[in-house]
Amino acid sequence: MSFLRQFLENTGFLFSLLFKALTRLDAVPRRRRMIAYHMYNGGIGVLHVVLLVGLFMGMIVALQTGIELSRIGQQDQIGIIVAISMAREMGPFITATILSATVGSAVAAEIGTMAVSEELAALEVMSVDRVRYLVVPRLVALAVMCPVLTVICDTIGILGGGFVASSQLHVGYQLYMDSALDALLPTAELIGIPKDVYAGLLKSFVFGVIIAAISCAQGLRATGGALGVGHATRGAVRDSIIAIIISNYFMTWAMYQA
Amino acid sequence: MQDPTVIRFEDVHKAYGGVSVLDGLSLEVRRGRTLGIMGPSGTGKSVTLRHIIGLTRADAGRVLVEDRDVATLTRKQLRELRRRMGYVFQEGALINWLSIAENVALPLRENTSLSEEEISERVQAKLELVHIGDTGSKMPSEISGGMRKRVGLARALITDPELILYDEPNAGLDPEIARSINRQIRELSEELDVTAIVVEHRIDCIRAVADEVIFLDEGRALVHAASPEEFFQSEHPRLLRFFGEAETKENL
Repeated sequence: MSFLRQFLENTGFLFSLLFKALTRLDAVPRRRRMIAYHMYNGGIGVLHVVLLVGLFMGMIVALQTGIELSRIGQQDQIGIIVAISMAREMGPFITATILSATVGSAVAAEIGTMAVSEELAALEVMSVDRVRYLVVPRLVALAVMCPVLTVICDTIGILGGGFVASSQLHVGYQLYMDSALDALLPTAELIGIPKDVYAGLLKSFVFGVIIAAISCAQGLRATGGALGVGHATRGAVRDSIIAIIISNYFMTWAMYQA
Repeated sequence: MQDPTVIRFEDVHKAYGGVSVLDGLSLEVRRGRTLGIMGPSGTGKSVTLRHIIGLTRADAGRVLVEDRDVATLTRKQLRELRRRMGYVFQEGALINWLSIAENVALPLRENTSLSEEEISERVQAKLELVHIGDTGSKMPSEISGGMRKRVGLARALITDPELILYDEPNAGLDPEIARSINRQIRELSEELDVTAIVVEHRIDCIRAVADEVIFLDEGRALVHAASPEEFFQSEHPRLLRFFGEAETKENL
């Protein structure tokens, strides 16, 4: 019963915080320096991780599918599979997971430390709106950077798949790239952007909002010193990944099935 | 004629998780006076301050600031009230990614339309007032505990408040810095005529800054003395036990 109550309390707080943040977006111009700082942290700061993980993810997908496709002589289809799986699912999901584990946890720890060291109380006493001051810049930065990093992850993953296809599966690099681009381009539906790409970017935008909202909420509710900050950080990563997976299913259903 | 009452607690009760912290606390502070609050740890001294500034709400009873019940104020009214108050946190509560000058400037940047030039001038003036005029560009992690307290004090003073709440201004400081902080608190009270409440364990602080003193025990004002001298001369058995049986009144 206490678990259910806690879950409802946390969920209520999260949605209320998200609503407050979305209705205070007028703070964006004033917080542009802070937003730029968080974009740098959430973008350039994790770029090397996204590049590395994205590259190897593309290589793994190419290798796994390539081995099976080779058995039936269809290895020239590898480009299609890697491109679609990276653009639709792997790119957004991997990027969001990396951001949850790195930036999301840091956000929860930062704000959680402020909560337990009375800095949040100090903001309140100084009549500084903590949603405008702390949440909005992080939310905007992650909502922007998650799609940007996803594009980079998709690109490097497809290139990594091409490397495996040409070096280990005897598929020409040009053939691989042609099939990858062919797989994406015919589905263009929105201002020239392929559906698989914009669907993935829309997902990653939502993931960015989810990570920021959950991490900020966990930090703001932290109590009890260093232990509380630890709980908040762990909770931010755990809840973000769960929320990403669940929302991913419903967005996929809405965009491809409905 | 007596000065008007600025703060009044009327039979205030507050409990956390079923544990009573304030149990019928009543007190009042008049304009321009400094009230010292002493008492054992966990007896509700900081909670008392948090009620005044609206960070905590009473379970029962009323907390009045200038005859207005803090619990019934709208967010806007509370914001306006807070702009006229300063709160000096125990550990400074400085925002760790802002420089010292940016920390002190924060209330002005967020709540006023002053130009950057005016803000810089005011910040420098307040930093000099607390004798740390050359630290503006440093980060909170680069300064000592005593300096952090002074920065907290400068930040609390930046809006020229009429009421200042000090939460253990001497905690963790060496005697020399503590004396300097106490001198500054006293100067502020005398020169700027601010009303203040000082929560503190240290006798020398209360002796130096307070006009009157209460001893808080089990959430109630057990002893209320009109001056520090009267307070430290008290024969109340609980006070004698708190300060130590071996201590003589002369030592206190």
